Amino acid sequence: MNTTLPAAGGPIDWELVIGLEVHCQLKTRSKIFCGCATSFGEAPNTNTCPVCLGLPGALPVLNAHAVELATRAALALGCVVHNTSVFARKNYFYPDLPKGYQISQFDQPIATGGTIVVDDTSTPPRAIRMHRVHMEEDAGKSVHDRFRDATAIDLNRAGTPLIEIVSEPEIHSAADAVSYLRRLKQILEYTEVSDANMEEGSLRVDVNISIRPRGQTALGTKTEVKNLNSFSSAERAVEVEFARQRAILESGGRVEQQTLLYDEKRNQVRSARSKEGSHDYRYFPEPDLPPLVLTDDFVRRQQVALPELPAAKRDRFATQYGLGAADIEQLIVNRMLADRFEAVASSSGDPRRAANWMLGPVLAAVNASGGSLIEHTVDPDRLGALITLEAHGDVSNTAARQIFTMMEREPAEPLAIATREGLLKVSDDSALVAWIDEVFAESPTEAARFMAGERKLQGVLVGQVMKKSKGAADPKKVNQLLAARGE
Amino acid sequence: MSVESLQAHTVEAAWLQYDAVDAGPTGLNAFLSVDREGSLTAAASIAATPHTAASLAADLAGVPVAIKDNLATLTLPTTCGSRILEGYVSPYEATAVRKLREAGAIVIGKTNMDEFAMGSSTENSAYGPTRNPVDRSRVPGGSSGGSAAAVASGVVRLALGSETGGSVRQPAAFCGIVGVKPTYGRVSRFGLVAYASSLDHVGVFAQNVFDAALGVELIAGHDPYDATCSERPVPALRQSAVVTDHAQPLAGLVVGRPVEYFTDALDPRIHAHCDASLERLRALGAVVRDVSLSHTSLAIPVYYVLAPAEASSNLARYDGVRYGQRRSADGLREMYERTRTGGFGAEVTRRILLGTYVLSAGYYDAYYRRAQTVRELITQDFERVFADGVHVLFTPTAPTPAFRIGEVSDPYDMYLSDIYTVTANLAGIPAMSQPIGLVDGLPVGGQFMAARFDEATMFKAAAALEYAMAAEGGV
Repeated sequence: MNTTLPAAGGPIDWELVIGLEVHCQLKTRSKIFCGCATSFGEAPNTNTCPVCLGLPGALPVLNAHAVELATRAALALGCVVHNTSVFARKNYFYPDLPKGYQISQFDQPIATGGTIVVDDTSTPPRAIRMHRVHMEEDAGKSVHDRFRDATAIDLNRAGTPLIEIVSEPEIHSAADAVSYLRRLKQILEYTEVSDANMEEGSLRVDVNISIRPRGQTALGTKTEVKNLNSFSSAERAVEVEFARQRAILESGGRVEQQTLLYDEKRNQVRSARSKEGSHDYRYFPEPDLPPLVLTDDFVRRQQVALPELPAAKRDRFATQYGLGAADIEQLIVNRMLADRFEAVASSSGDPRRAANWMLGPVLAAVNASGGSLIEHTVDPDRLGALITLEAHGDVSNTAARQIFTMMEREPAEPLAIATREGLLKVSDDSALVAWIDEVFAESPTEAARFMAGERKLQGVLVGQVMKKSKGAADPKKVNQLLAARGE
Repeated sequence: MSVESLQAHTVEAAWLQYDAVDAGPTGLNAFLSVDREGSLTAAASIAATPHTAASLAADLAGVPVAIKDNLATLTLPTTCGSRILEGYVSPYEATAVRKLREAGAIVIGKTNMDEFAMGSSTENSAYGPTRNPVDRSRVPGGSSGGSAAAVASGVVRLALGSETGGSVRQPAAFCGIVGVKPTYGRVSRFGLVAYASSLDHVGVFAQNVFDAALGVELIAGHDPYDATCSERPVPALRQSAVVTDHAQPLAGLVVGRPVEYFTDALDPRIHAHCDASLERLRALGAVVRDVSLSHTSLAIPVYYVLAPAEASSNLARYDGVRYGQRRSADGLREMYERTRTGGFGAEVTRRILLGTYVLSAGYYDAYYRRAQTVRELITQDFERVFADGVHVLFTPTAPTPAFRIGEVSDPYDMYLSDIYTVTANLAGIPAMSQPIGLVDGLPVGGQFMAARFDEATMFKAAAALEYAMAAEGGV
């Protein structure tokens, strides 16, 4: 439906209406209807068989693991998982669609309902409702740039299990759309349903966008934007399309319902296909697959298999560890980091320091190495021991950082390294007095001025003592001794 | 009857008979491709093998068989009687074919058929019609006409066909042999090139009930590659096809005579043969009871909505992109159009168009959904009758005997040839045809139908009737 402009008045307050369709590859070893591997990056058309090639006479058989993962994802999103769902054929011709139809679900999807709470933007937390979650197979890939004047087809991806997660059209800003996607990705990763990686295509996002004058209940004509490679490109695409629709309507035009492709480089959208291509998919129930029947017991078992989800973890971290919201948000960004943090908190007995170490030196080191947290050589027990040394004042913060760097390269315990490197804090008076004497001998001028009452030089002298002790001197004690000497 | 009588027919004998009947302008044209060398080599290697316990246990050791050309085989092409799959050789084998071969059978060739199994006369083959061995001016029925002719002419004694609306039973009736369509889900469809998936069945042709029952028993059973294939155990069907009580073998059996199958559309001479067979069944100890299957008249319209709908989708894969024939053109759309227009015959095109239409937005409810509802009513008709104490139903297989090649030109008239068979496909129940008489020298088929997965009772009744007719001196 198109929007009529008011006759007169100032600029219209447009409301943006966004619905998101997310395709997510399920993390199964084999394809949804055959035994072929789902591994990424193989030579073209090697992960194929009569079934996923759509050869005459081949039949689909549903992968039970794909059903488990789809069920888990739906439960994690708070959906109702239906006891009976039905696969249907979506019919259209395309060279990378081997059977001439995609096996999907249509009027009886595996799950409906559910919500994602969007709460990390400036607006107050809001629940975005899910319309549905359904299972389907992926198509192959058309490769247009491999041969001159010809398109190559790679069917390795054909038959990869997907779920499509469709939101209700109730997201009203690009920032909320991205927040929704981030939350969704986090849940899919937590449940280990998917790698949920947009760059690799295991998470694909289509955005439906319309606008209407604020206060109007009827939806405007929507467009669908595809080809989004990252959250930030989704965000920019929404902004660009919002502006485009606004300009059309404000100049008295009509928004045409169509599919658009987002051009990342130009930051523009362009039409994906001519209007003529509006499809009638002629859905009908897939006769080769019986209805998918899930018992209550099956659904319960999947529910039990769910890990603690991000929202629950967030609440627990606040009460159990007393951490600030910003730290918690960073710690629960993925399960591995959150689990690591908990292990370190437990071995050190100091959650606050554990959080600082995880979000500071540990992440920095992991990022610098380009590896992953799981491969990091400083295990939670050793890191906990180091944090304990620091907490008890046995080593200074600076020394602890040095020890940490050494621990990454050798398996030794932090105390052994500190001892060997002389990094344990020295508070023994005689050692400290000896260092002070040396500094006084080496810097007689400053020493004389200090003794003459120039108290501001105390800091400089403490610094020199610290340097001489390679950080091992207890600065508090040095200050006390210097102050006493200057009296 | 015994396995030995099947084994008595050798591959060498098959080729002698094939050379005598199949080729030439008046030949049967039952085969689209044959493997003379391979089959003779296989037969020789079986003959050379000392008769170990294992080789004796192979029911079909060395038995030549023919396979309808819509069942995937590894060396011979699988064309489905269509130009669009000319020369196509499958890289995998249909489960039913594999099971026959594992039982020792030797595939000698692939048989002619109506293109993609769409037809009732085998005239819709892109490779010319098959002739009826009984009268070569007549059709053998269809769509499995090639397999029926191969068995009726004695080239082989066992052949596989397929059914979507009667494509095994009707040609069996036309050619004077036994043709069986087991329960939907009894035999794997893996490797059967789909026409209408919810109606497609693999079926068996044989020269007698025992061989047919044996053939079904050997190809039946669960297959992990077909999600619609049942896990029910397969009973020893061959045993149910052996008549042991020669006086009252059918004592206690209730045979239903559905009144809707005995109307004016039925050739009165066929009607008379059916009555005679019902009389025989009574004499064998059965009780014959009139029953009503009130939605029978809707079966043909329902079939011609559902089957084309599924076909329009199943045949979408023949697009010239990956295999089969491609007709090049400048653009993708033009390539699709040229490939499919040039590759499919008139009847296939008609059904694709019809099926596309009934699935289209705005028509789906009026056609497809309604047809599904009526299909359910037809199924319930049968369930009610079988729940009501009827064990098997007996009817004519086809309303007429074999017609002349070219005689039936109107598609709708041709569709009516399946009027008595299509109901069993819609309901998924087992059904079979066997010879019950001759009209002007042309065979007439009688049909038994039974409750889902009760092939055993069906074979028992069929074997008894066959026995009674043989005792009278045969058809």
